[in-house]
Amino acid sequence: MSLEFVLFIIFSAVSLSSAILMVTRINPVLAALFLIVNFASLAGLYLLLNAQFIAIAQVIVYAGAIMVFFLFVIMLINPDFEKRFMEEKAKFKIFAVFVSLLVFVQIAYIIFFSQPSEDVSRKVTASIQAGTVEQIGRTLFTKYILPFEAVGYLLLTAAIGALVLAKKKLK
Amino acid sequence: MQVPIEYYLILSAALFVIGIAGVLIRRNAIVVFMCIELMLNSANLTLITFSSYLGNSIGQIFVFFVMAVAAAEAAVGLAIIITLFRNMQTVSIDKFNIFRW
Repeated sequence: MSLEFVLFIIFSAVSLSSAILMVTRINPVLAALFLIVNFASLAGLYLLLNAQFIAIAQVIVYAGAIMVFFLFVIMLINPDFEKRFMEEKAKFKIFAVFVSLLVFVQIAYIIFFSQPSEDVSRKVTASIQAGTVEQIGRTLFTKYILPFEAVGYLLLTAAIGALVLAKKKLK
Repeated sequence: MQVPIEYYLILSAALFVIGIAGVLIRRNAIVVFMCIELMLNSANLTLITFSSYLGNSIGQIFVFFVMAVAAAEAAVGLAIIITLFRNMQTVSIDKFNIFRW
Protein backbone atom coordinates (compact mmCIF):
# COMPACT_ATOMS: atom_id res chain seq x y z
CA MET A 1 0.00 0.00 0.00
CA SER A 2 1.52 3.28 -1.06
CA LEU A 3 1.37 6.52 0.89
CA GLU A 4 -0.98 7.96 -1.72
CA PHE A 5 -3.51 5.21 -1.08
CA VAL A 6 -3.29 5.60 2.70
CA LEU A 7 -3.77 9.36 2.43
CA PHE A 8 -6.71 8.86 0.07
CA ILE A 9 -8.41 6.53 2.56
CA ILE A 10 -7.83 8.94 5.46
CA PHE A 11 -9.09 12.01 3.61
CA SER A 12 -12.11 10.28 2.11
CA ALA A 13 -13.09 8.79 5.49
CA VAL A 14 -12.86 12.23 7.11
CA SER A 15 -14.85 13.91 4.35
CA LEU A 16 -17.60 11.27 4.29
CA SER A 17 -18.01 11.14 8.06
CA SER A 18 -18.01 14.92 8.41
CA ALA A 19 -20.62 15.20 5.63
CA ILE A 20 -22.89 12.68 7.37
CA LEU A 21 -22.39 14.42 10.72
CA MET A 22 -23.20 17.75 9.07
CA VAL A 23 -26.53 16.48 7.75
CA THR A 24 -27.54 14.83 11.03
CA ARG A 25 -26.66 17.57 13.52
CA ILE A 26 -29.68 19.60 14.69
CA ASN A 27 -27.56 22.57 15.78
CA PRO A 28 -26.73 24.64 12.65
CA VAL A 29 -23.47 25.96 14.14
CA LEU A 30 -22.18 22.39 14.55
CA ALA A 31 -23.32 21.61 11.00
CA ALA A 32 -21.33 24.58 9.65
CA LEU A 33 -18.22 23.51 11.60
CA PHE A 34 -18.44 19.96 10.20
CA LEU A 35 -18.82 21.43 6.71
CA ILE A 36 -15.53 23.31 7.26
CA VAL A 37 -13.85 19.99 8.19
CA ASN A 38 -15.31 18.48 5.02
CA PHE A 39 -13.95 21.31 2.85
CA ALA A 40 -10.50 20.98 4.41
CA SER A 41 -10.36 17.24 3.71
CA LEU A 42 -11.48 17.93 0.14
CA ALA A 43 -8.54 20.34 -0.17
CA GLY A 44 -6.28 17.45 0.89
CA LEU A 45 -7.82 15.27 -1.82
CA TYR A 46 -7.17 18.03 -4.38
CA LEU A 47 -3.51 18.05 -3.33
CA LEU A 48 -3.40 14.27 -3.85
CA LEU A 49 -4.72 14.91 -7.36
CA ASN A 50 -1.86 17.40 -8.00
CA ALA A 51 -4.21 20.40 -8.15
CA GLN A 52 -2.21 22.83 -6.00
CA PHE A 53 -3.94 26.02 -7.04
CA ILE A 54 -7.45 24.69 -6.50
CA ALA A 55 -6.48 23.20 -3.12
CA ILE A 56 -5.29 26.59 -1.87
CA ALA A 57 -8.33 28.33 -3.38
CA GLN A 58 -10.57 25.78 -1.67
CA VAL A 59 -9.09 26.57 1.75
CA ILE A 60 -9.15 30.35 1.21
CA VAL A 61 -12.50 30.75 -0.57
CA TYR A 62 -14.65 27.96 0.89
CA ALA A 63 -13.25 27.13 4.32
CA GLY A 64 -12.23 30.74 4.86
CA ALA A 65 -14.63 33.21 3.27
CA ILE A 66 -17.89 31.39 2.54
CA MET A 67 -18.11 29.42 5.79
CA VAL A 68 -17.28 32.47 7.92
CA PHE A 69 -20.16 34.15 6.12
CA PHE A 70 -22.47 31.22 6.92
CA LEU A 71 -21.45 31.17 10.59
CA PHE A 72 -21.99 34.91 10.79
CA VAL A 73 -25.54 34.63 9.44
CA ILE A 74 -26.34 31.66 11.71
CA MET A 75 -25.21 33.57 14.78
CA LEU A 76 -27.12 36.64 13.58
CA ILE A 77 -30.51 34.93 13.37
CA ASN A 78 -30.03 31.86 15.61
CA PRO A 79 -32.75 29.50 14.43
CA ASP A 80 -33.79 26.71 16.79
CA PHE A 81 -36.93 24.88 15.71
CA GLU A 82 -35.90 21.71 13.87
CA LYS A 83 -36.00 19.21 16.73
CA ARG A 84 -39.77 19.02 16.73
CA PHE A 85 -39.96 18.40 12.99
CA MET A 86 -37.34 15.64 13.17
CA GLU A 87 -39.34 13.83 15.86
CA GLU A 88 -42.74 14.25 14.21
CA LYS A 89 -41.96 13.23 10.66
CA ALA A 90 -39.81 10.10 10.89
CA LYS A 91 -41.35 8.64 7.72
CA PHE A 92 -40.15 11.59 5.68
CA LYS A 93 -36.57 10.83 6.71
CA ILE A 94 -36.87 7.24 5.49
CA PHE A 95 -38.25 8.50 2.17
CA ALA A 96 -35.34 10.94 1.75
CA VAL A 97 -32.74 8.25 2.49
CA PHE A 98 -34.46 5.90 0.03
CA VAL A 99 -34.44 8.52 -2.76
CA SER A 100 -30.77 9.37 -2.20
CA LEU A 101 -29.77 5.68 -2.13
CA LEU A 102 -31.58 5.23 -5.45
CA VAL A 103 -29.60 8.11 -6.97
CA PHE A 104 -26.37 6.67 -5.55
CA VAL A 105 -27.02 3.27 -7.11
CA GLN A 106 -27.67 4.91 -10.48
CA ILE A 107 -24.43 6.93 -10.37
CA ALA A 108 -22.41 3.90 -9.19
CA TYR A 109 -23.84 1.83 -12.04
CA ILE A 110 -22.75 4.48 -14.55
CA ILE A 111 -19.27 4.71 -13.01
CA PHE A 112 -18.55 0.98 -12.95
CA PHE A 113 -20.35 -0.30 -16.04
CA SER A 114 -19.84 2.44 -18.63
CA GLN A 115 -17.27 2.17 -21.40
CA PRO A 116 -14.71 4.99 -21.12
CA SER A 117 -14.14 6.80 -24.40
CA GLU A 118 -10.53 7.59 -23.54
CA ASP A 119 -7.72 5.87 -21.65
CA VAL A 120 -7.87 7.31 -18.12
CA SER A 121 -4.77 5.80 -16.56
CA ARG A 122 -2.91 8.62 -14.86
CA LYS A 123 0.29 9.99 -16.40
CA VAL A 124 2.02 11.55 -13.44
CA THR A 125 4.09 14.23 -15.22
CA ALA A 126 1.13 15.47 -17.30
CA SER A 127 -1.01 15.50 -14.17
CA ILE A 128 1.51 17.58 -12.20
CA GLN A 129 1.99 19.89 -15.17
CA ALA A 130 -1.76 20.50 -15.46
CA GLY A 131 -2.20 21.58 -11.84
CA THR A 132 0.57 24.13 -11.40
CA VAL A 133 -0.28 27.76 -10.72
CA GLU A 134 1.73 28.85 -13.77
CA GLN A 135 -0.21 26.62 -16.13
CA ILE A 136 -3.61 27.63 -14.76
CA GLY A 137 -2.70 31.32 -14.73
CA ARG A 138 -1.44 31.20 -18.29
CA THR A 139 -4.59 29.50 -19.58
CA LEU A 140 -6.85 31.74 -17.51
CA PHE A 141 -5.32 34.99 -18.71
CA THR A 142 -5.00 34.06 -22.39
CA LYS A 143 -7.67 31.67 -23.60
CA TYR A 144 -10.25 32.29 -20.88
CA ILE A 145 -9.81 36.02 -20.28
CA LEU A 146 -13.39 36.86 -21.30
CA PRO A 147 -15.07 34.42 -18.84
CA PHE A 148 -12.63 35.67 -16.20
CA GLU A 149 -13.79 39.27 -16.67
CA ALA A 150 -17.42 38.11 -16.72
CA VAL A 151 -16.89 36.38 -13.36
CA GLY A 152 -15.52 39.65 -11.99
CA TYR A 153 -18.68 41.46 -13.04
CA LEU A 154 -20.79 38.63 -11.61
CA LEU A 155 -19.12 39.03 -8.20
CA LEU A 156 -19.62 42.80 -8.33
CA THR A 157 -23.30 42.33 -9.15
CA ALA A 158 -23.68 39.79 -6.34
CA ALA A 159 -22.08 42.15 -3.82
CA ILE A 160 -24.36 45.01 -4.83
CA GLY A 161 -27.39 42.70 -4.87
CA ALA A 162 -26.62 41.36 -1.39
CA LEU A 163 -26.26 44.91 -0.06
CA VAL A 164 -29.57 46.00 -1.59
CA LEU A 165 -31.39 42.88 -0.35
CA ALA A 166 -30.11 43.01 3.21
CA LYS A 167 -30.73 46.74 3.65
CA LYS A 168 -33.39 47.71 6.16
CA LYS A 169 -35.76 49.63 3.94
CA LEU A 170 -35.84 50.31 0.24
CA LYS A 171 -36.53 53.90 -0.74
CA MET B 1 -0.32 1.24 -6.03
CA GLN B 2 -2.14 4.11 -7.66
CA VAL B 3 -5.65 5.06 -6.58
CA PRO B 4 -8.08 3.98 -9.33
CA ILE B 5 -10.24 6.73 -10.80
CA GLU B 6 -13.41 4.88 -9.76
CA TYR B 7 -12.63 5.44 -6.07
CA TYR B 8 -12.58 9.19 -6.50
CA LEU B 9 -15.78 9.12 -8.56
CA ILE B 10 -17.58 6.95 -5.99
CA LEU B 11 -16.47 9.28 -3.19
CA SER B 12 -17.79 12.23 -5.15
CA ALA B 13 -21.09 10.44 -5.81
CA ALA B 14 -21.43 9.60 -2.10
CA LEU B 15 -20.87 13.25 -1.10
CA PHE B 16 -23.43 14.36 -3.70
CA VAL B 17 -25.99 11.86 -2.39
CA ILE B 18 -25.44 12.98 1.21
CA GLY B 19 -26.11 16.52 -0.02
CA ILE B 20 -29.37 15.37 -1.66
CA ALA B 21 -30.47 13.65 1.54
CA GLY B 22 -29.66 16.80 3.51
CA VAL B 23 -31.70 19.00 1.17
CA LEU B 24 -34.66 16.62 1.50
CA ILE B 25 -34.48 16.07 5.27
CA ARG B 26 -33.52 19.42 6.74
CA ARG B 27 -36.04 22.20 7.32
CA ASN B 28 -33.60 25.02 8.17
CA ALA B 29 -33.00 27.19 5.09
CA ILE B 30 -29.36 27.87 6.04
CA VAL B 31 -28.54 24.17 6.45
CA VAL B 32 -30.26 23.42 3.13
CA PHE B 33 -27.99 26.05 1.63
CA MET B 34 -24.92 24.38 3.17
CA CYS B 35 -26.01 21.04 1.68
CA ILE B 36 -26.14 22.72 -1.74
CA GLU B 37 -22.55 23.89 -1.18
CA LEU B 38 -21.64 20.26 -0.38
CA MET B 39 -23.16 19.12 -3.67
CA LEU B 40 -21.25 21.82 -5.59
CA ASN B 41 -18.04 20.60 -3.97
CA SER B 42 -18.67 16.99 -4.95
CA ALA B 43 -19.09 18.13 -8.57
CA ASN B 44 -15.78 20.02 -8.21
CA LEU B 45 -14.11 16.82 -7.00
CA THR B 46 -15.27 14.98 -10.13
CA LEU B 47 -14.00 17.77 -12.40
CA ILE B 48 -10.59 17.82 -10.73
CA THR B 49 -10.34 14.01 -10.81
CA PHE B 50 -10.83 13.94 -14.56
CA SER B 51 -8.57 16.95 -15.03
CA SER B 52 -5.79 15.18 -13.14
CA TYR B 53 -6.22 11.76 -14.74
CA LEU B 54 -6.37 13.19 -18.27
CA GLY B 55 -3.50 15.65 -17.71
CA ASN B 56 -5.62 18.60 -18.85
CA SER B 57 -5.93 21.81 -16.83
CA ILE B 58 -9.26 23.00 -18.28
CA GLY B 59 -11.23 21.12 -15.62
CA GLN B 60 -9.43 23.05 -12.89
CA ILE B 61 -10.20 26.36 -14.60
CA PHE B 62 -13.85 25.35 -14.66
CA VAL B 63 -13.65 24.60 -10.93
CA PHE B 64 -12.25 28.10 -10.41
CA PHE B 65 -15.34 29.55 -12.11
CA VAL B 66 -17.62 27.28 -10.09
CA MET B 67 -16.03 28.61 -6.90
CA ALA B 68 -16.63 32.21 -7.99
CA VAL B 69 -20.27 31.47 -8.83
CA ALA B 70 -20.71 29.64 -5.50
CA ALA B 71 -19.37 32.68 -3.62
CA ALA B 72 -21.79 34.98 -5.46
CA GLU B 73 -24.64 32.56 -4.84
CA ALA B 74 -23.85 32.33 -1.11
CA ALA B 75 -23.80 36.13 -0.79
CA VAL B 76 -27.14 36.66 -2.54
CA GLY B 77 -28.81 33.62 -0.94
CA LEU B 78 -27.85 34.55 2.60
CA ALA B 79 -29.01 38.12 1.99
CA ILE B 80 -32.38 36.72 0.88
CA ILE B 81 -32.52 34.53 4.01
CA ILE B 82 -31.78 37.55 6.22
CA THR B 83 -34.54 39.54 4.52
CA LEU B 84 -37.02 36.67 4.90
CA PHE B 85 -36.09 36.30 8.56
CA ARG B 86 -36.59 40.01 9.10
CA ASN B 87 -40.07 39.85 7.57
CA MET B 88 -41.32 36.50 8.94
CA GLN B 89 -39.18 35.84 12.08
CA THR B 90 -38.34 32.29 10.94
CA VAL B 91 -36.01 30.41 8.57
CA SER B 92 -38.10 27.25 8.30
CA ILE B 93 -38.67 26.45 4.63
CA ASP B 94 -42.13 25.10 5.51
CA LYS B 95 -43.20 28.62 6.47
CA PHE B 96 -41.90 30.27 3.30
CA ASN B 97 -45.05 30.22 1.18
CA ILE B 98 -45.37 33.90 0.32
CA PHE B 99 -45.03 33.19 -3.41
CA ARG B 100 -48.13 31.01 -3.28
CA TRP B 101 -51.35 32.70 -4.38
